[in-house]
Amino acid sequence: MSTPAISPALRKTALNAVHRQLGAKMVDFGGWDMPVEYSGLIAEHMAVRTGVGLFDVSHMGDIQLRGPESLDAIQHICMNDASKLQMGQAQYSAMLYPQGTFVDDVIVHKLSDNDYLIVINAGTREKDFGWVKSNAQKFHCHVSDYSDYYTQLAIQGPKAAETLQKLTNVDLSTIKFYWFKWGTVCGLPNTLIARTGYTGEDGFEIYVPSDEATSKRVWDEVLKAGKEFGIVPCGLGARNTLRLESALSLYGHEISETINVFEAGLDRFCKLEKGPFIGSEALQRVLAEGGPTRKLVGLEMIDRGIARDGYGVFNEGGAQIGEVASGSPAPFLKKNIALAFVPREHAALDSEVFVQVRNTMVRAKVVPIPFYRRPKKQS
Amino acid sequence: MAYPANYRYTREHEWIEVYGKTGKVGITDYAQNSLGDIVFVESPKVGAAVKKGEIFGSVESVKAVSDLYSPVTGTVTEVNEELASSPEKINTAAHDSWIMKVELSDPAEVDSLMTASDYEKFIAEETGH
Repeated sequence: MSTPAISPALRKTALNAVHRQLGAKMVDFGGWDMPVEYSGLIAEHMAVRTGVGLFDVSHMGDIQLRGPESLDAIQHICMNDASKLQMGQAQYSAMLYPQGTFVDDVIVHKLSDNDYLIVINAGTREKDFGWVKSNAQKFHCHVSDYSDYYTQLAIQGPKAAETLQKLTNVDLSTIKFYWFKWGTVCGLPNTLIARTGYTGEDGFEIYVPSDEATSKRVWDEVLKAGKEFGIVPCGLGARNTLRLESALSLYGHEISETINVFEAGLDRFCKLEKGPFIGSEALQRVLAEGGPTRKLVGLEMIDRGIARDGYGVFNEGGAQIGEVASGSPAPFLKKNIALAFVPREHAALDSEVFVQVRNTMVRAKVVPIPFYRRPKKQS
Repeated sequence: MAYPANYRYTREHEWIEVYGKTGKVGITDYAQNSLGDIVFVESPKVGAAVKKGEIFGSVESVKAVSDLYSPVTGTVTEVNEELASSPEKINTAAHDSWIMKVELSDPAEVDSLMTASDYEKFIAEETGH
């Protein structure tokens, strides 16, 4: 099949030509012309669970806050407690609206005492940058958008470390999960190497200069280094099923401007005790009023049928009680799974609900999330 | 991918191969490729009546679900049981993986379907080439 011609309005990463050359199927993802799959979604998903996969995630944005009050600004804008971060450490966090709902989820990296890097989602880049910029105004810090400076590659899977180790002078075993270091990667000095990802596996994200020649060279070198482990380039399709098996949130699905922190079940990343921040008052109020009325739960389909994003969730009496946030077959688990919002009284494990799959009510039960947890390292 | 010249095609990307009063129906290579890895085929029941242009089942890939539209009117005489356990056969050989066999009520209906060359032109337009 030929790939549709690129619309001029779509944005491209530096690797766009590489993806097309590899025969990737391209889609419009949040205004970006991105690969959805190369060899096939299931093969790519399995490569990441059992070996290693390579993703171009350059569409993600990068905002840097620099200056004596950059920590104060981050503490004001983000819900997790960034004061706990050490230099070289990263943390999952989110930026909230005053009503306690999501501007976006982010990863905050502490580069130094006065220097932080926030990695944000592609579809919300402009909104996020504007939000950070205006809310950081009262602090003594400088906000810069470095999104277009980097090609961001994610090397993910149990063989990610062995793959990347061939290309860097940094001893990767010294980087713990959600920590990062700078080092030479493919001959490029001062490259940020973070042990982060969005797949539920061990893995790394590296940030290299975004010119096409360098991006292509690094991409090719990673593929070569991972060849013995069966590395494959992976698209957004596998990225989505991998994150869903691991129950990681996707903006517009499990988190959005109409979903609050408690509903999304991200309480553990929200540190109300650190002091006031944007959204904290509203969240205190939710707690004072008895907590959220709906919760995000994991569903496993009992009967045959695949729940999809937006499908209705029903009780035994046939009344709609909620909605599927994300649903899909889970390629590794070989089950049909979903994340769905349901009223608190239906959120207990093993509760049975029904998902309307086209014209049929299909039985599903509430199961623990994440659906998939990677095996503990033997070493 | 070559589209068999003895098949006829619909705008919804089904193919039909007709022998006398019976037709075998499947989805095209273009359709399987757009769907990606197919994980489930919902076939009609043997004996069911199908109508030209109406839904007779669905195909689900990891990414999406897609309705199946019957190219002809008639009665389902057989369904391909192999696809229940190996739906991915459609990905590897779409034009050999029939989903149902139909006894045609009106064989003349087939004449209104696209030929292989019409269909190739049709998908070229859909993809903007």
